[in-house]
Amino acid sequence: MTTATDARRHRVAARACVLRGDDIDTDRIIPARYLRCVTFDGLGQHAFADDRAQAKGQHPLDDPRFAGAGILVVGRNFGCGSSREHAPQALMRAGFRAFVGASFAEIFFGNCVALGLPCVTLDEGDLVRLMESVELDPEQEVVVDLEAGSVSCRAGTFRASMPEGARRQLLDGTWNALAVLLEAGDAIERTASTLPYVGGFREPARS
Amino acid sequence: MATPRSLLEKVWDAHAVRELPDGQTQLFVGLHLIHEVTSPQAFAMLRELGLPVRFPGRTFATVDHIIPTASQKRPLADPLAEEMLQALERNCREHGITLFDPASGHQGIVHVIGPELGLTQPGMTIACGDSHTSTHGAFGALAFGIGTSQVRDVLATQCLALARPRLRRIDVTGKLAAGVYAKDVILAIIRRLGVKGGIGYAYEYGGPVIEAMSLEERMTVCNMSIEGGARVGYVNPDDAVIAWLRGRRFAPSGEAFARAEAWWRGIASDPGCAYDDRVEIDGAAIAPSVTWGIHPGQSVGVDEPVPRPEALPDAERTSAEEALAYMKLRPGQPLLGARIDVAFIGSCTNGRLSDLREAARVARLGRVAPGVRALVVPGSQEVKRRAEAEGLPELFREAGFEWREPGCSMCLAMNPDKLRGDELCASTSNRNFKGRQGSPTGRTLLMSPAMVAAAAIRGQITDVRELL
Repeated sequence: MTTATDARRHRVAARACVLRGDDIDTDRIIPARYLRCVTFDGLGQHAFADDRAQAKGQHPLDDPRFAGAGILVVGRNFGCGSSREHAPQALMRAGFRAFVGASFAEIFFGNCVALGLPCVTLDEGDLVRLMESVELDPEQEVVVDLEAGSVSCRAGTFRASMPEGARRQLLDGTWNALAVLLEAGDAIERTASTLPYVGGFREPARS
Repeated sequence: MATPRSLLEKVWDAHAVRELPDGQTQLFVGLHLIHEVTSPQAFAMLRELGLPVRFPGRTFATVDHIIPTASQKRPLADPLAEEMLQALERNCREHGITLFDPASGHQGIVHVIGPELGLTQPGMTIACGDSHTSTHGAFGALAFGIGTSQVRDVLATQCLALARPRLRRIDVTGKLAAGVYAKDVILAIIRRLGVKGGIGYAYEYGGPVIEAMSLEERMTVCNMSIEGGARVGYVNPDDAVIAWLRGRRFAPSGEAFARAEAWWRGIASDPGCAYDDRVEIDGAAIAPSVTWGIHPGQSVGVDEPVPRPEALPDAERTSAEEALAYMKLRPGQPLLGARIDVAFIGSCTNGRLSDLREAARVARLGRVAPGVRALVVPGSQEVKRRAEAEGLPELFREAGFEWREPGCSMCLAMNPDKLRGDELCASTSNRNFKGRQGSPTGRTLLMSPAMVAAAAIRGQITDVRELL
């Protein structure tokens, strides 16, 4: 499971969709009423449900020029707010396999990694160039290359950043943390036994 | 002398099972809290993998997000809500996990009941599939909001793979003025540092204002750390924490309590420990705060006008324009006097007994204004019982407020408590995001419980200092 070839994420090459705006929160990505469920199935169709209803067909996710996009290009602090994994689950089920933005909220970022979805950041100038290029020519292929640490489009190849630990997990196919955590075996119980509260403070603490 | 260490370092190192090849730490989780929204998929994944729950005694469950506040009677009126509660019951039963359901007498918002039951203790690592898990940092715990895949990881291994955050010390100096509360302090902190200023950081709150706060007030501050981008926020444990824990159901007792106390005190940051960043905020300069926008960083003192986007830094301008258009507010207009439709008092931010008392102190001065719908939702069954013992429900009802059953309610409107159309809501909750309170065009103004009560009885945004 840890080194399965199919779990490795080296690059995502796909058409892109540009979603402008900063601080887009997870309530907007998937409104809370769609969280009344016990599985993630079917969430894809509800991604950005309220924003899309209000945009009356003008939302980028409803723009036929972006139909079938696999990369979502966003602004600053994307995915802020609630920890709901339903947000990246909905976007993944709507077809997105990678995110490129100015910055990402921490829990959203971690949830994406746990699903094997890279979130990479570009310098703001490069991000603007990428957004303009994709809006001008949505048919083009955009490449998020984790190995090279870059995002390429017709306007050029830009240096992309991602915290090294997360990048390694995606490259090595170890982003499914469960397999890695299970490998620790008894070390988990050994650590637990050194924590005085785990034993209810019944014995004097070991120093 | 050993090198002085921060609480973050001490707790992190004590819970580190091992360093992972990618540079992250495998961290043991001392307390895992679950609820009905973010756990069912995690249990399904475990089932698929054929894995048991590794430490069932270290996970506790409750139902809060979807529970109706009109009546908790089973079956719940909403079949989807009933299905979610049944799934939680089944999962807890199957894996031997303690569930605080409505029949237990201890149901409530997960971040209210953890501290109430004494489950939340200093020096612990705590995780919950909910971003407001940072609340538990008020006790000197490192508490992480996590996603559902991580809920699965904790169930299966009692561990998380995490990178250690940097540490920012935030000192709130001086003394708060009358009518200024913990909610105003955290809104002021987020206004100053921004909604993404805390990304990659843990916040350590301290200084005279924080030290003078009760545990319930500290919870309000730590609760909204995530709104400033910081996944973790904490206050060093002190006498107040020890006093809170004494006699609580899951706290140690007798000699064990004395041993616990020594360990808890020892986990606090040592004087002179290193911080990656330090920020000082003048507590005396904080006014009762109100948000005007669509994220919690967009707030002003109640006597300040709504900002003009052109006067804001470049990076905030577009967001401010979008916010004002959504909120139907004009640049430069005063917030004072804005007519409200709904008043909501509750949530994991401000649904505890002291919050209800502060709201009641103002509510008794008048009656809910005509045309305003006002809800008081206690954070837990225990909060409700204690409020009843003090006569708060009668006081609220006489003033025209609805007194409800405990739950998350209109903070995120996963139950029937929702705004309608573009109603304007004075709310003690934590998020003023677009559509957050259940109507896609609903508008939220975040403020303290006293300010919400003042808005309810005046029917408009009011400076609570005029009433006190």
